[in-house]
Amino acid sequence: MLEAILLSIVTASTPLLLAASGELVTERAGVLNLGVEGMMIIGAACGFGGAWLTGSTMVGALCGIAAGMALAALFAAMTIGLAVNQVAAGLALTILGTGLAGLIGLGFVGERITAAPHLAIPGLTDLPMVGKLVFGQDPLVYVSLGLIAAIPFVLARTRAGLVLRAAGDNAAAAHALGYDVAKIRTLAVLFGGGCAGLAGAYLPLAYTPFFAPGMTAGRGWIALALVVFASWRPARLMAGAYLFGAVSILQLHAQAFGIGLPSQLMSALPYLATVIVLVLISRVRRGGSVAPAALGTAFVPDR
Amino acid sequence: MPFRLERRAEPATAMVALSPLIAVALTIVTMAALFAALGKDPLAALQVYFIVPLTDTYSLQEIAVKASPLVMIAVGLSLCYRANVWNIGAEGQLLIGAMAGSWLAVATHGTNTGPWLLPAMLLLGAAAGALYALIPALCKIRFGASEILISLMLVYVAEFALDYLVRGPWRDPAGFNFPTTAEFDAAATMPLLIAGSRLHAGVILGVLLVIGAAVLLGRTLKGFEIRVVGAAPRAAQFAGFDADRLTLTTFAISGALAGLAGIIEVAGPIGHLQPGISPGYGFTAIIVAFLGRLDPLAILAAGLFLALTFIGGEQAQIALKIPQDMAKVIQGVLLFYVLACDSLILYRVRRTAAHRKAA
Amino acid sequence: MNTPSDQSRPPDAAAAPPGEVPLLQGIGLTKRYGGFVANDAIDIAIAPGQAHALLGENGAGKSTLVKILNGLIQPDDGEMRWRGEAFTPNGPAAAHARGIGLVSQHFALFDNLTVAENVALGQIGGESLKTLSARLAQISERYGLPLDPKREVWRLSVGERQRIEIVRALMQEPHCLMLDEPTAVLTPAEAERLFEVLQRLHADGRALLYISHKLEEVKQLCDTATILRAGRVVATCDPRTETAASLARLMVGADVAAPKPQPGHAIGAPRLSVSDLSLTPDDPHGTTLRRITCDVRAGEIVGIAGVAGNGQDELFAALSGEQLVDDARSISIDGRPAGAFSITARRKLGAAFVPEQRLGHATVPGMRLSDNALLTSHAEGGVVRHGFVDRAALLDLVDRVTAAFDVRKPGRDPEAARLSGGNLQKFIIGREILRQPKLLVVNQPSWGLDAGAAAAIRQALIDLAAGGAAVLVISQDLDELLEIADRVAVMFHGRLSPLVAARETSREQLGLLMGGSGWPQQGARDAVPA
Repeated sequence: MLEAILLSIVTASTPLLLAASGELVTERAGVLNLGVEGMMIIGAACGFGGAWLTGSTMVGALCGIAAGMALAALFAAMTIGLAVNQVAAGLALTILGTGLAGLIGLGFVGERITAAPHLAIPGLTDLPMVGKLVFGQDPLVYVSLGLIAAIPFVLARTRAGLVLRAAGDNAAAAHALGYDVAKIRTLAVLFGGGCAGLAGAYLPLAYTPFFAPGMTAGRGWIALALVVFASWRPARLMAGAYLFGAVSILQLHAQAFGIGLPSQLMSALPYLATVIVLVLISRVRRGGSVAPAALGTAFVPDR
Repeated sequence: MPFRLERRAEPATAMVALSPLIAVALTIVTMAALFAALGKDPLAALQVYFIVPLTDTYSLQEIAVKASPLVMIAVGLSLCYRANVWNIGAEGQLLIGAMAGSWLAVATHGTNTGPWLLPAMLLLGAAAGALYALIPALCKIRFGASEILISLMLVYVAEFALDYLVRGPWRDPAGFNFPTTAEFDAAATMPLLIAGSRLHAGVILGVLLVIGAAVLLGRTLKGFEIRVVGAAPRAAQFAGFDADRLTLTTFAISGALAGLAGIIEVAGPIGHLQPGISPGYGFTAIIVAFLGRLDPLAILAAGLFLALTFIGGEQAQIALKIPQDMAKVIQGVLLFYVLACDSLILYRVRRTAAHRKAA
Repeated sequence: MNTPSDQSRPPDAAAAPPGEVPLLQGIGLTKRYGGFVANDAIDIAIAPGQAHALLGENGAGKSTLVKILNGLIQPDDGEMRWRGEAFTPNGPAAAHARGIGLVSQHFALFDNLTVAENVALGQIGGESLKTLSARLAQISERYGLPLDPKREVWRLSVGERQRIEIVRALMQEPHCLMLDEPTAVLTPAEAERLFEVLQRLHADGRALLYISHKLEEVKQLCDTATILRAGRVVATCDPRTETAASLARLMVGADVAAPKPQPGHAIGAPRLSVSDLSLTPDDPHGTTLRRITCDVRAGEIVGIAGVAGNGQDELFAALSGEQLVDDARSISIDGRPAGAFSITARRKLGAAFVPEQRLGHATVPGMRLSDNALLTSHAEGGVVRHGFVDRAALLDLVDRVTAAFDVRKPGRDPEAARLSGGNLQKFIIGREILRQPKLLVVNQPSWGLDAGAAAAIRQALIDLAAGGAAVLVISQDLDELLEIADRVAVMFHGRLSPLVAARETSREQLGLLMGGSGWPQQGARDAVPA
């Protein structure tokens, strides 16, 4: 029982972790992309479509990534190319993504796919308790963990990470030193889009083996909140994602047990928890801001 | 990159007027391409979308009825966006307003109330919407929390609350287990403007609110405060304007208008409380606000246009089997075009020097 | 022709001798912004190893030219040559690659990154952070520019930040180092140290382009000067053989009338009293104000000098009411405790304020002048009735300011952003003076203005005081303060020196205070380490 709960928590947390990791990188470059929800749902639709057509989880995942990046490219063209307000463009992206996903999803109403295969290492996976938890996950779980390990290394230790942080701290200065701020930010937005697309694809590929419009159910917005919760630091992002995954799984189990509270209240818990966490974390931090200094501001060099 | 933005020495005055029209034109072209991609005749589909609804009175009335909540909400949102605070949870405020107003209708159901019932319902709806909108506003000014994320999260919470009420305590016992309240009494429904038509008093109210907002923004010191706080926060502080108080004010107004729109929908066209009372009015209103360039009178026109796409979309679904999701795609595309065209008021796109030389 | 490794100095000459190819040359460089010509057919030639001054007033086009030479902006017309070959940088990276280094006026630094990371970002290429740190240490040592590589930039003083810029430029071993007004943000002592560094660089055979409007500095350091006025080259000369007066004439074009003090006006009772004012700023990167005491009497101008970032902005915010102080009695206006009053309430007491930033603080750039007139007049009668704005009254106000202060503008009521700096400042000051204030607090009144506009602004302040108002002027420009102020004090690290009569002090004395010398115990300890 406990093992099953822990396993389902990992599965519930993985899409949050994937999407939030990508958004974190985007935001560290100084771009606020509120369209995560839209990129996720289009990733879910295309991810399902790819896997359904080919029978391959891998192809599905790649389709999800490509779809998320395509929407992100549109967002980049708008906010970086045309210096459009990032908040409004993010909303537009979510609306557009939801609509497009609905159209695409019409192609496979009622269809099902086989869930992503899980890792199986003879001996290790069969270990009691930890076996399935550590060695028996689906491949995308390991991808998400690899990402969350690689991101802090790249940001802190590599030249690419340094340049990316520079673009998010002071775009004008980065430009004056000869860096192509538009290119750096575009790449960061594309990376965020790819991650969100993969996160969306994870839902039909590993979570529920079908596609439904609205299946992301606000996870994209929660991922955005997680980046704030993590104070833009990758290590805290992982803790946050697993915490939220746990809340959403435990409320399901609580509903199943019938603890006397309305099921709607339990279903609202993850959203209420997000509100409370946002308030608490903002309150603690009042005084010194840790957000990237240039976050959300367009940069247009003088000519 | 081959193209770069360049700030114009002066805003392009021609673009100020043209931008929304260009955006609409580009959207129609894009729609035609999308219809063609779906294997439909683009011209026939566009006709169903934009021409047919304008040719019969029923559809014209329906456009006014659909535009009414959109315009009401968008006017409120435009005040927020002018002040550079981002209420994107109008959908939630709409639902809360609808629930609060419906409470009176449900509680007095079957009793003989006076003419005070409907005004009280509207007031209650507006007040509840305002209070619900004040939650993210307070979190922002007291704790610095993101009003965008909190107002959005509260949409989901409101949806679950509505679901709970109509499945639980407020469910109509005679309703065959459907999740809905009983049909409201006559005293609790919006009066019709013309007997037998779809036009209800809320439509007039929407127009009055537009005029009120136009006067507020254009003529009063409070409207000036809103514009200054949004355009240059530091100058606003220098002028002695309190940005925090203005955040509360604009959120409260926009929440009240969304709540009002919610209870009018329930007490008007729908007549009872149920899940799905809004086809995403709160989100579509964001597009209306931007298409109207945050200007109340232009928002009226923008609201009518988006209502037309709603009605046209319904008819296209019936007549041509064009899926409902197409409406969302169109809305998203339209918003992108509006934003892009507005950007060209301040900037121009130029080829970079290196590419110019090469050419 | 010189090769990059050629370290020999060219002969000291006013211009490159005939036959020698200039290191960097601009021919007919022109840059227009709308109808405004920022650079008009500028010719400039920098010889290898030359210390070349670019002289000109604020607004003469120096910064635009430097941006063109660095590839930050592209000229509309004209060409550039590097060692005689065509040079068309399409971005700053191309200029860096040739060996042009820039220390800009507004530092291109990343506040939340460390010194080492900031320096690393200046180096294009895959040098490891470790060897980079070693080179950083070596260059700091060689030129006497101490830096702690692990510190984050926002923790550093202005002088230290400039050191990062210089070290970062030097890491690329540039052939030509350009410095845009480097002493503008430094104390006299820090400026002296900078000069030693620059002389060492010059001795190394590097060419310098030194941008300034300070004549003494140019005479001390440079062997050639190109003088700009209103976007054009008006002269090229050897500054060492010129006098400060002759250079000034070239730079300004004509003798500028010095403001005329009104003789014999009466000094009255204090209109502004500040006692023991302490304040922790809202901004965590700001300066804490410590026990500031001073008073400004009716009929006098009090000047507050100091290097930028020593608490002037915080003092302005406290005096204006943009930030409220804990002890309401620490600020009195006309004898009434005003520390807890909002800026609007202070205006009602007869105070007026002019902040440093003209666009975005004193005015909303995209709004018309009539709207901007409303910013500071909405609390008084006349322009707002029952919450409704009287547009006709506002337009009339704009007309009156225009007539009284000779504001030149396109049309009757244009957006604030469309006015030139000088005309906008005349509008802003005029807007306040027409309210007939009893007290005016103004921060950097003539910053960035040409001599004519600056003189007009100073005259307006003198006339206001002569009419019986108390005027407090916060300025980095010592000469300005000595010219118009009756009494002066210096701000340093959030503290204010006692007021002294302007006639009884000197540039040198004030300069020492600005650099942290001559303060009682606490101030000296806080001084920037040498």
